[in-house]
Amino acid sequence: MGELLELSVAEAAARIGAGELSRAEYFEAWREAAAGDELNAYLWRAEDGTVEADGPLAGVPVAVKDLFCTEGVETTAGSRILEGHRPLYTATAVRRLAEAGAGILGKTNMDEFAMGSSNENSAYGPVRNPWDLERVPGGSSGGSAAVVAGGLAPCAIGTDTGGSIRQPAALCGIVGLKPTYGAISRYGMIAFASSLDQCGPLTRDVTDAALLLAAMQGRDPCDSTSVGIEGGVEAPSSEDLKGLRFAVPAELAHDAIESGVRDVFEATLKRIEDLGGEISEVPLPHAEHGISAYYVIAPAEASSNLARYDGVRYGMRVEAEGDLVEMYETTRAAGFGDEVKRRIMLGTYALSSGYYEAYYGRAQKVRTKIAEDYAAAFAEFDFVVTPTSPSVAFGLGEKTADPLAMYMNDFFTVPMSLAGIPAISIPAGLAEPDGGGKRLPVGFQIAAPAFSEQRLLDAAYALEQAIGFDAISRAPYSSQSGERRTGSDEGGGG
Amino acid sequence: MIEREQVLHVAKLARLRLSEDEIEKMTGELSGILGHVDRIGELALDDVEPTSHVVALENVLRPDEPRPSWPREAVLEQAPDPAENAFRVPSPQAEG
Repeated sequence: MGELLELSVAEAAARIGAGELSRAEYFEAWREAAAGDELNAYLWRAEDGTVEADGPLAGVPVAVKDLFCTEGVETTAGSRILEGHRPLYTATAVRRLAEAGAGILGKTNMDEFAMGSSNENSAYGPVRNPWDLERVPGGSSGGSAAVVAGGLAPCAIGTDTGGSIRQPAALCGIVGLKPTYGAISRYGMIAFASSLDQCGPLTRDVTDAALLLAAMQGRDPCDSTSVGIEGGVEAPSSEDLKGLRFAVPAELAHDAIESGVRDVFEATLKRIEDLGGEISEVPLPHAEHGISAYYVIAPAEASSNLARYDGVRYGMRVEAEGDLVEMYETTRAAGFGDEVKRRIMLGTYALSSGYYEAYYGRAQKVRTKIAEDYAAAFAEFDFVVTPTSPSVAFGLGEKTADPLAMYMNDFFTVPMSLAGIPAISIPAGLAEPDGGGKRLPVGFQIAAPAFSEQRLLDAAYALEQAIGFDAISRAPYSSQSGERRTGSDEGGGG
Repeated sequence: MIEREQVLHVAKLARLRLSEDEIEKMTGELSGILGHVDRIGELALDDVEPTSHVVALENVLRPDEPRPSWPREAVLEQAPDPAENAFRVPSPQAEG
């Protein structure tokens, strides 16, 4: 059975398609693996796994972030206010996976309403990083990253508003792709910041990410902002990076990055050159204001989206002594966690009379400048590359006391979200945290122009082959004996 | 900087009841975050168009065809306090 779990999704799907592997056997193997979750990564697990539909993902179990509505299956978005909520319909992305033959293996834990970078904001407890159980898996799709890295699911989907797929993928040593805004329907994704939210895959390798993206992407009449990817998505196959121009933001030299992360990043640039790619610097002068713009725009949109949780139509209600408004206030006070309240407050403030222009208005203009920076860069270069996260996985509780320090985790991922462009994080090696300790995964981020996912996946695939980071054999938690493996130095960089 | 009075005002707009501890903590935390955000005040942005959305789409329309809506019972099953085929709520105006 252990062998089955080591197959990539693409390999398993091919064997199932060829009649060499039974769907039921494969699904059951993963169901048993998922039952051994000691990471608090699952909020719900499937009791049976009969998958009937034929298709490119026939028989493939997928772990789904609890932000996606699933008909009849509890969907909480990591929040107390939605405890017990059973949606009437299934999100389009999940429905498309099912139409391609995939089955839901479980719903994964997450930061409440996708607000967080450590998964410590879940009302259902933090998720642990399979590489080191005392460290965070990143967030907000922390559960989805942890199940893939920890050998509890072959693949997962999550959502990314400012880095919520890429950062946990980096911290857990797997692949995470945030597609172009509009590539995949947002219908049935519980809204956080509607102009930024985007669904994407978290997988062991780039090929599997392409496979899931291919199944999920496309126009959906239920989401008028969805347009899909013209020409679809195919499995990547590039062997080299000849003639491709990679740009490193010139400002990167001054940014606060752990030395181990910087070493792996630089070793990866060297690998790009070895594969025939060209490396240059490009100015992205407004990227450093990404955090400021993001932490106005996203909370502003969230404060509006989360107004719907009022204890009237669904979710929890706390009865109050007084009138309707008192019921709203007591319900929301009891139902939302600290970070969600903080963002609702921040967003309401930024949109309030007298402050709207100074905050929301200006942040939207900064967003324009950031998008223009990227447009200028892509006139000359094919890709922009950065570390995915300034640090490796940090300790549980290390950053919870300082919201601003937590927000800085999103420094390298937020600008692409604001610009609406696709970006992928691939594992590039291992590095010690500042101050020493066990070596942990480092993510390498590649961003590309809007809707150029195929070229992005091709380049990431070529680089992935050269790095040779083997997500499954390095996942210490996946070992059947329970003994934690440390992983070899191959592909470690530095 | 943000003052306690502003926190109370914003909490009221957001329909959030904050405890005394939360008000104090929120005042400090929001001040810290806004202190960082305030740096965008130094950028020259006068002639810049705001971006509210990145996809260049306008007025996406669909045919106006009638279709069945959700069954009332199924929707009300999710409600905290359904009554007489509707959502029951406390009175908008408190008595006395």
